[in-house]
Amino acid sequence: MTDTVQGVAPSTPVGPPTDRPKIQVVPLKGLPLAAAAVVFVTVAIAGNWQWALMFCHVAGGGLWTGLDLFVGLVLGPILGRLSIPARAEFSAKFMPKMVIIMPTVVMMTLATGFQIARKLGNLYAKSPNHSWLIVSFCVVGIMAVIALGILEPANIAVLFEMNKPVPNGVIIDRLMKRFIYTAGITGLMQVATLVIMTRVATQ
Amino acid sequence: MSVDQSQSTLSSADRTYPPIAWLSTGALALVIIGGILMASYAPRKAPLGVAAGLLVAGVVLLGSAGVVLVGMKDFSHKTFLKVFKWAIFADLVTAAMIEFAFVRDSTRGASLFIVTGMLVVFTLSVPTTIAFTVARFADD
Repeated sequence: MTDTVQGVAPSTPVGPPTDRPKIQVVPLKGLPLAAAAVVFVTVAIAGNWQWALMFCHVAGGGLWTGLDLFVGLVLGPILGRLSIPARAEFSAKFMPKMVIIMPTVVMMTLATGFQIARKLGNLYAKSPNHSWLIVSFCVVGIMAVIALGILEPANIAVLFEMNKPVPNGVIIDRLMKRFIYTAGITGLMQVATLVIMTRVATQ
Repeated sequence: MSVDQSQSTLSSADRTYPPIAWLSTGALALVIIGGILMASYAPRKAPLGVAAGLLVAGVVLLGSAGVVLVGMKDFSHKTFLKVFKWAIFADLVTAAMIEFAFVRDSTRGASLFIVTGMLVVFTLSVPTTIAFTVARFADD
């Protein structure tokens, strides 16, 4: 694998194009873990198993919020300042993991969260938490549209572009900017989620 | 890592396409709004007219994206299908989980029909957006 550095003439493709290992867009080693999470959540919902529901919601939600905040507000700005080859190198290792981790923690959080809200009576219009939950649905809805409609397609398209014999830096740059900006927006929206969830838990 | 940073090799980056991703993401947004509406009324019955309207609008947007996609030339349909079939597998798992939760919570009749329709739009729209975004930059 040949690294290019800043200062190299930008019009020159550097290094042999065929010596890079293919990037595995979906890391197969992670699939059993994701499948185990799906089975665990299904059992928790089917059995109305309170501890398991709470565990999935708190653990999944904590990971989802933490990852979104870290990627959006810490990693994103750092990535934005790296050279395109450095971004490509980092993304080749980082993004396939996100393809498995993010949908799994989001599924764990949302599926069990709805069940907990229903079980605790927070969905009833008379509940003091009802309006907070509706706001939470809206925040999650906006994040879902951004993540599924913009962020995830950009993530996967970057990986496919990097698997080409000579990846196009302009396309990678354009898609990575989309990834960085949308990750920043979802990171900020997670702050709203933290406020809402701590209000719900303490009312 | 070898990356071509040339401004002159923009063939795949410069191609312009119809707004397929906007149409499919619009369909996704409509069924998510419909889902929020249905969930916000649970366990009561949501106003099904509004939810059905959102579902129909979502189907129209997604259908439009599909029609435009099929007729597109100078586009890698092969790459599109390759990505689509993997992405739909992942979204089917998510949709099945949501459907299971609604059935478990005793959602029945017209409400279940509308939820299922929304999940079908969800399951098709996300892979469409992902596969189109990948295929538009494909070289073959």
